[in-house]
Amino acid sequence: MLDCGMHMGYNDDRRFPDFSYITQNGRLTDFLDCVIISHFHLDHCGALPFMSEMVGYDGPIYMTHPTKAICPILLEDFRKITVDKKGETNFFTSQMIKDCMKKVVPLNLHQTVQVDDELEIKAYYAGHVLGAAMVHIKVGSESVVYTGDYNMTPDRHLGAAWIDKCRPDILISESTYATTIRDSKRCRERDFLKKVHETIERGGKVLIPVFALGRAQELCILLETFWYRMNLKAPIYFSTGLTEKANHYYKLFITWTNQKIRKTFVQRNMFEFKHIKAFDRSYADNPGPMVVFATPGMLHAGQSLQIFKKWAGNEKNMVIMPGYCVQGTIGHKILNGQRKLEMEGRATLDVKLQVEYMSFSAHADAKGIMQLIRMAEPRNMLLVHGEAVKMEFLKGKIEQEFRPLPDPKKPRTMHGTLIMKENSLKLVSSEQALKELGLNEHQLRFTCRVQLQDPHSDTDTLHRIYTHLKSVLKGYTIQHLPDGTVMVDSIVIKVSSSAEDTNTKVLLLSWSYQ
Amino acid sequence: MLDCGLDTTSVLNFLPLPLVHSPRLSKLPGWVSKDGTLNLEKELKECTGRVFVDSQPEFCLPERELLDLSTIDVILISNYHCMMALPYITEHTGFTGTVYATEPTLQIGRLLMEELVNFMERVPKAQSATCWKNKEIQRLLPGPLKDAVDVWTWKRCYSMQEVNSALSKVQLVGYSQKVELFGAVQISPLSSGYSLGSSNWIIQSHHEKVSYVSGSSLLTTHPQPMDQSSLKNSDVLILTGLTQMPTANPDGMLGEFCSNLAMTIRAGGNVLVPCYSSGVIYDLLECLYQFIESANLGTTPFYFISPVANSSLEFSQIFAEWLCHNKQSKVYLPEPPFPHAELIQTNKLKHYPSIHGDFSSEFRQPCVVFTGHPSLRFGDVVHFMELWGKSSLNTIIFTEPDFSYLDALAPYQPLAMKCVYCPIDTRLNFHQVSKLLKEVQPLHVVCPEQYTQPPLTQSHRSDLMLELQPPPMPYRRCSVLNLPFRRRYERVYILPELANSLVPSEIKPGISLATVSAVLHSKDNKHTLQSVPKPPPMPPSKKRKRVIEEPPVVLAPKPLLSGAVPLEAFLATLQKHGITEVKVEETADGHILHLQAEDTLIQLEEDGTHIVCDNNEPLRTTLRDLVLRFLQKL
Repeated sequence: MLDCGMHMGYNDDRRFPDFSYITQNGRLTDFLDCVIISHFHLDHCGALPFMSEMVGYDGPIYMTHPTKAICPILLEDFRKITVDKKGETNFFTSQMIKDCMKKVVPLNLHQTVQVDDELEIKAYYAGHVLGAAMVHIKVGSESVVYTGDYNMTPDRHLGAAWIDKCRPDILISESTYATTIRDSKRCRERDFLKKVHETIERGGKVLIPVFALGRAQELCILLETFWYRMNLKAPIYFSTGLTEKANHYYKLFITWTNQKIRKTFVQRNMFEFKHIKAFDRSYADNPGPMVVFATPGMLHAGQSLQIFKKWAGNEKNMVIMPGYCVQGTIGHKILNGQRKLEMEGRATLDVKLQVEYMSFSAHADAKGIMQLIRMAEPRNMLLVHGEAVKMEFLKGKIEQEFRPLPDPKKPRTMHGTLIMKENSLKLVSSEQALKELGLNEHQLRFTCRVQLQDPHSDTDTLHRIYTHLKSVLKGYTIQHLPDGTVMVDSIVIKVSSSAEDTNTKVLLLSWSYQ
Repeated sequence: MLDCGLDTTSVLNFLPLPLVHSPRLSKLPGWVSKDGTLNLEKELKECTGRVFVDSQPEFCLPERELLDLSTIDVILISNYHCMMALPYITEHTGFTGTVYATEPTLQIGRLLMEELVNFMERVPKAQSATCWKNKEIQRLLPGPLKDAVDVWTWKRCYSMQEVNSALSKVQLVGYSQKVELFGAVQISPLSSGYSLGSSNWIIQSHHEKVSYVSGSSLLTTHPQPMDQSSLKNSDVLILTGLTQMPTANPDGMLGEFCSNLAMTIRAGGNVLVPCYSSGVIYDLLECLYQFIESANLGTTPFYFISPVANSSLEFSQIFAEWLCHNKQSKVYLPEPPFPHAELIQTNKLKHYPSIHGDFSSEFRQPCVVFTGHPSLRFGDVVHFMELWGKSSLNTIIFTEPDFSYLDALAPYQPLAMKCVYCPIDTRLNFHQVSKLLKEVQPLHVVCPEQYTQPPLTQSHRSDLMLELQPPPMPYRRCSVLNLPFRRRYERVYILPELANSLVPSEIKPGISLATVSAVLHSKDNKHTLQSVPKPPPMPPSKKRKRVIEEPPVVLAPKPLLSGAVPLEAFLATLQKHGITEVKVEETADGHILHLQAEDTLIQLEEDGTHIVCDNNEPLRTTLRDLVLRFLQKL
C-alpha cells in the first residue's frame, strides 16, 4: 500500500480510505505485504493509525527517519483539533498513534530493503518536505516507482529529487502542477515576502498560524534571510509549541536538507534563527509592527486564535494562512470570506484585517515531471494526485516527447537447450546439455548410392562433380577435401569405381539427420 | 581497488614539527657516522641514541607501480581511516574512475584529511631531506632508518586542493544499497560496526559472490551493528583490518583509561590523550560523561583541540541513520545522539581549533586534553609534549593502536611524564573472526600473510592466527593472487511470450529439457531472450516506402539426438511395418541389419545409427521415423 492519507475536506467516513475494497471481513495484514509512507503530510499519512489500530494491520510500515520522527507529532496535532475541539468520536487516540508508530520500520535513502522473499523496496530523495521519499518497488524483473510528492528544483532548505536510471515498468507520478512550467514556488515566496513587508511598513502586525513542524521552519528560513538582507528591525516571534524542540528535528536531520545548508551547518546552522525570538502572550499588545508565528495552524484554538481575536479589528493587520483549513474552523471561515464571526457567549467578532491564503508546497512542475521521466526511463506512466484535465494535457505532452526508440543493435538469433532442474533454469548449448546430463549424442546418418557412367578416373570424376556443384549451388559451402571427398555443407560425397566396370562410378552420398 | 589507506607509521622516522620554536629540538646534534665518513648532520638528528629525519614528515603510499592507475574503474572505501591515500591515487595519475563511500565516511574522511593538511601547512619546513634516501647511504644508517622500505616512494602530504579534487570523485552510497557497475557486477556496502559509516562490501554477479571484510567490530559502541548475515554464501571472502591489539580487551582498556585519568587529575597533574579527531574519541567522551560525576571530576576542564574538533563533534550528531539503535532513537525525541552535546553545553568540554587564539587565554590546569596527531610528530600534541613532558605529575594516555607508543615517544626522551598505554581497538580479534567465519562459511578466505602465523613476538600463541579449513590464501605487498572461482554463467531474462512457447520434455526424473530458439537482446550487460519475430506482413496500401528492417535469419539448429536404439524392440517395430526379412549380423560395436527385400542396411550402434538405402525416399523416411521413436531429440 502506497501512502495512507486522509481527505481533509470531509468530516465523515469519506475522510479515511475505504478499506473494505481490500477485504470485507478478513484482516488487512493477510492482503498487504507492507505500507510505504512517502512523507509526513497528512494527505499521505493521516489515516495510518486508523488503518493499523482501528481497521487492524500488523504488517510493516516503512518510512524514512525524519518522517518517522515528525509524522506522529502532526497526527497528534490533528487528533487534538478533531477530537478535543470539534468533539468528534470514532477517531484514533493518542495511544493508537503510539502503537501505530511501533510498527514503523525506518528506511534509509538508497538502502535496498527486502520486505519478503520477493518484494524489494528502495527509497530515493524527493525534495518536497524534510524526509520525503520516492520508492522503487521491485518483484522479480518487474518494478514500480511511486513518487509521492516531489520537487525537481532545490529550494530554500531542501534539495532536488533524484532517481537513477532504474527503468521501472510503471512510474506513478504526482501531477499537482501538471500544466505549470515556471518556477512557481519562487513567485509565491516573493509574493509572501512582499505582503509581509508592506504590512510591516505601514505599521501593521502579521499573524501566521502554522503547525509546529514543516511549513513553519520553511517560512522562518524565508523571513530570517529576508530580514537579514533588508536589514529589517521589526521583531519576529514564534509562539510556544513552535519551540526550539521543533527546530531541533531539522538540525538533527540536516543531512536531508539541501547541499548549501549541509555544507555550512557547522559554521551556521540554518535552523538556529537569529531574528526570530520566543513569543510571550503580553507581546501581542505591544505597539508597532511585528510578525508572529503561532500554533495551531487552523485558528481553531490556542495562541493563534487568541492573537487573532486581538488583531482582527484592525485593517492594518494581516493574517496569512499558509495551509489548508478544515471546515468548521475559523481559518476555514475567514478564508471563505466570512467577515463576521460568532464567538463563544454570543459575542461576534468583526474581521477587518486582511486575510491571505498562500500555498508553499513544493511540487514538480511539468518540466520537472518530464525531467524525472528522463532520469528513470520508465516503460509506462501513471499520473495521480492532480486534476483530470491537467493530467490529460500532460499525458499528451509525455506521449509526444517520449516515443520509444528502435534498438540500434541488430538482434541475434540463438539456439540452445534449457535445462530445468528443481527450481533452477539453465540455458546451455545442446551439446553442453547432453554432457551435463551424462547423455551421449546419437548420430543418425543416411547413405545413398548413385551410379553413373563416366570414363574418367575416380579423382577426375570427383573433381568434375566438385566443379559442377560449385557452379550450380550458389550460397553453399562446397569443399574438396584432400582425403578424396567433396563436402556440401555437411553432406559428404565419395566416388568409387564399380568392381565389374571401371566406367561405372558409384557415388556415395552421406548425410546426417537434419 | 579495495580501499586506499595511507601508511603513516613512516612519520615515526621524522622529528616532530613543533608549533612554537623548541630549543630542545633545535639543539639536537646532527648525525655523523662513527668513522666520520658520512656526514648528514643537516638531514638527520640524534636524540637519545635514535636518529630522526629533520624534514617534513612523509607517508608510505599504496603500491603505484604494479598497475596503471588510469585503468582503475572503481575504488571501494570501507571506512574513513582507509581513504587517507586517496589524493595520491586519484590525482595526477590519469585516474578517471569513481570512488564509492558512505556519507559519514566521506564527511569524516574529509575532516581527517583537512586536519592532516592543516597540521603540515601550519608549520612549513623550507627544506626537505633527500640525501638519506639514497640507497647507498641508507644502507649505512642506524636502524630503524636502515630498514625502512621503499623510502624513495615516500611522499609529503597532499594539498587541500588535491583533497577536494579527490573527494569530488566520491559517489555516496547507503548501507544495503545495490549499485550496478556497468551491468557486470553489483556492489553493496554493509554495516561493519567499526566506525560511523564503516562498511564491508559485497561484490557479486548473479552466480558469484565476493565479500570484502575490512575493519569490522562486533562490540556495541556508537556505530550501527555489523551486518553478518549478508556475508553468507560467499565464494571468496577477503579478510583484513583485524584488531592490531589482539590481546588488549577494549573494555578493560577503557577502565584503565578512566582510572589513570582520574588518578593524575587528583594528584594535580594534566592528562594528554593523543587521538584522532573522530572515532574512539566519541566513546571516550561518552564514557567520561558517565564517569565525571562519580569520580568527582566535575570541575576539571576537558579540551578537544583540533582544526576540525568542532566539525567532528557537530557531524557526529547528524548521522543518526548510521548509529546504533539506542542513539538512533534519541533523534525521535528529539535529542542529540551523543552526550558530548551536553558536555559542551555545560562547558565541561571545550573545543578549539588550535592552541593559539582563545585557548591560550581560557586554558586552566589541571586538565585533560584530547588532541592529535597520535604519532606525536605533528599537530598540537607536539606542543603539549614539550610543555608537560618534564613533569612526572602529568600523564600521557595512548588510546590509538596505530603507533608503537615507545617509537612515538622516542624523540621526546628523556621524559619525566607518566606514560600509560591503553590501546582501544574494537576491531575483530581472532576468536571473533573464527566464529564469524564459521557462521558465514565462505568457500575460500583470502587474508594478509600476517594473519596466517602468530605474531613474531608471541610465536607460541597459536590462538593469535587464523586456522581454517581449507587454509586461507595469504597475500603480501605486490603479490598476485588468482581468486579461486570462474565466471561461467550470466543471467538471461526470457520474455513471457517465448517462455510460453517452450515445450519441455522430461529426460530424467525431475529434469526436463526444452530447446530454445530466440533473439538475444543485450543492453548494458543485461540480456533478454524474446521470440524470433515473424516478418511483418507488408501493408498493401502503404504509400511511403520505407526500408523494412530485415528480420533476422532463422537457421534451424541441427537437432541433437540422444539415447540408443534397442535391437529387439526395433526389430519388432520393423515387423509391425511389414519389414520381415531382416538378417541380423553382430559386429564389434553393435549390429548390422540387412533388410533383404528392400536391399537396405541399417547399422545400429550405441552412439549412432547409419541407414544405407538407395533411391527409396519413402522407405528412408519410414526408417528414419522408426529410429527417431527410440531417441530423444534436443
